[in-house]
Amino acid sequence: MTMLIFGERINGMYTDIGDALKAKDPKPLQFWATKQEEGGAHYLDLNSGPAIPKEERAEAYQWMVNVVQEVSELPLLLDSTNYDAIEAGLKLCKRQAIINSVDATPEKMERVFKMAADYNAGVVGLTMDKKGIPLDNDLRVAFAMELVAAADEYGLPMEDLYIDPLILPVNVAQEHALQVLEALRKIKQLADPAPRTVLGLTNVSQKSPTSICNLLNRTYLAMAIGAGLDAAIMNANDDDLVDVAATTQILLGRSIYADSYLKVFRAR
Amino acid sequence: MSVAIVKERFSGKIGEVILGATSEQGGTRTSTVTIGGDAALPFLHFEGKVNRPVIAMEVNDIPPTWNETLTKQYGDVFNSPGAWAKQCVDDFGADLIYLKLTGADPDGENRSPEDCARVVKEVLAAVGVPLIVVGCGDSTKDNEVIAAVAEAATGENLLIGVAEQETYKTYAAAAMVHKHTLIAQSPLDINICKQLNILINEMGLPLNKIVIDPLIAGLGFGIEYAYSIMERARLGALGNDKMLAMPMFCSVGYEANRTKESNSSADENPQWGDLDDRAVLWESLTASGLMQVGASIIMMRNPAAVKVVKKNIDELMSV
Repeated sequence: MTMLIFGERINGMYTDIGDALKAKDPKPLQFWATKQEEGGAHYLDLNSGPAIPKEERAEAYQWMVNVVQEVSELPLLLDSTNYDAIEAGLKLCKRQAIINSVDATPEKMERVFKMAADYNAGVVGLTMDKKGIPLDNDLRVAFAMELVAAADEYGLPMEDLYIDPLILPVNVAQEHALQVLEALRKIKQLADPAPRTVLGLTNVSQKSPTSICNLLNRTYLAMAIGAGLDAAIMNANDDDLVDVAATTQILLGRSIYADSYLKVFRAR
Repeated sequence: MSVAIVKERFSGKIGEVILGATSEQGGTRTSTVTIGGDAALPFLHFEGKVNRPVIAMEVNDIPPTWNETLTKQYGDVFNSPGAWAKQCVDDFGADLIYLKLTGADPDGENRSPEDCARVVKEVLAAVGVPLIVVGCGDSTKDNEVIAAVAEAATGENLLIGVAEQETYKTYAAAAMVHKHTLIAQSPLDINICKQLNILINEMGLPLNKIVIDPLIAGLGFGIEYAYSIMERARLGALGNDKMLAMPMFCSVGYEANRTKESNSSADENPQWGDLDDRAVLWESLTASGLMQVGASIIMMRNPAAVKVVKKNIDELMSV
């Protein structure tokens, strides 16, 4: 299976999107939907961020789904901790969406996996619980196991479960980078067929100087794919980063080499 | 005890390619041929749609230099490409005609592109099935020949060829301008095969106007290499690699009949048995082997072998 790119840019944390959400202006969302698709995104992540008050979130997610689907046929990730908002959005998704995300807390898993079954959606499962993100890769894998078990219980196929072993910024939590790679290797051994894996890639370079962010993202993406990463929530408009993703598919033998393989990777 | 059949689920499928054009579609064919569309490995009907392979019989614009074991099965047709084509369709059941313009060869009769176009028109008039038209093999001459043929048969949706890595531009342009489909040939090389499809598609020819010729070999002369390349292409295509998801053309009649085994008499090699039977088997087995790995168009010469292969196809398709 080809490595999947989840475009991260439609997120209320970015000023243009935050402002657009408040003003109900579809243009910035539609601009980034199209631009990310052109860049090579396979899915679009939608996150309102803190721009919208809690009581208006459900309506905001419905609006986001609608305006993005007007210009793009890409499937969506609904990215929120507010499950009512996600559920409202799921009702309008034209293609199989992914719920982003749930951690390994039992009551949350119950809500989310049931919702995934009801709406035929995928799920991003985070390898953490209330107490936070563990450092040790074995603890990450233990949480992954709980997520796999829950998915199984609710009948979610493994190819619709995306385990996220949670990469942290390397400038403040350097030791996590290696633990996440180890966790990726082990997660792919947890079940047969294996669950899929995903990372919020850009997090690795969070707060590092701008001059090295792209390099950190690109290098870590190659390493993570080598360790078993199937998908990344990432900057779909860093051409070199997308080229790295394409090249890993060639070097891992998942796609047949042709001189123009970079162009083909972007063709949809 | 019941046995659960394990089924492979593929995400991709082979693109469907239509050859020929009826009068409503801008051509003069009485019927068209659809190849591709397969969603499973060959003849695994329980896993997905499998399309029927078709047989294209070879006709030349000049009398062939074939062995008598082949020529004696035909009537007095070799001086008339139209009659030759008609016999292939009416008597031998060819689905398509593969017209090779051997007479254009500068080292042979050196016929003009206009003469070649006239032969194509003659064959088009003689039969209602779609045509495959290829040049003589001299790339400089073929550039002119194929341009003239493509123009003369505008709208007929011929399958023209062969486009190779060095020559594809003329062919792709001719196919685009005059509404034909193109054979893209790579020398038993999966990477060049994919690259050539990308390059042709970049010029603007849609993917459903391209047919892959992986350049096969006959039984006993490296057919296993062709098989492996075709298998990789097919698995890639079913895995959703759109740049390999075209139907495949195999020049079985040419490859099988240039082997010693298809030509040496029983007097020369008594241990091999009767030549007439042997030649039929050689061509049939080359064809049926490659059918098992995704050959969509099988080019053939030996009418008796065509009969055997058609029966084989009928059996494999009757589920």
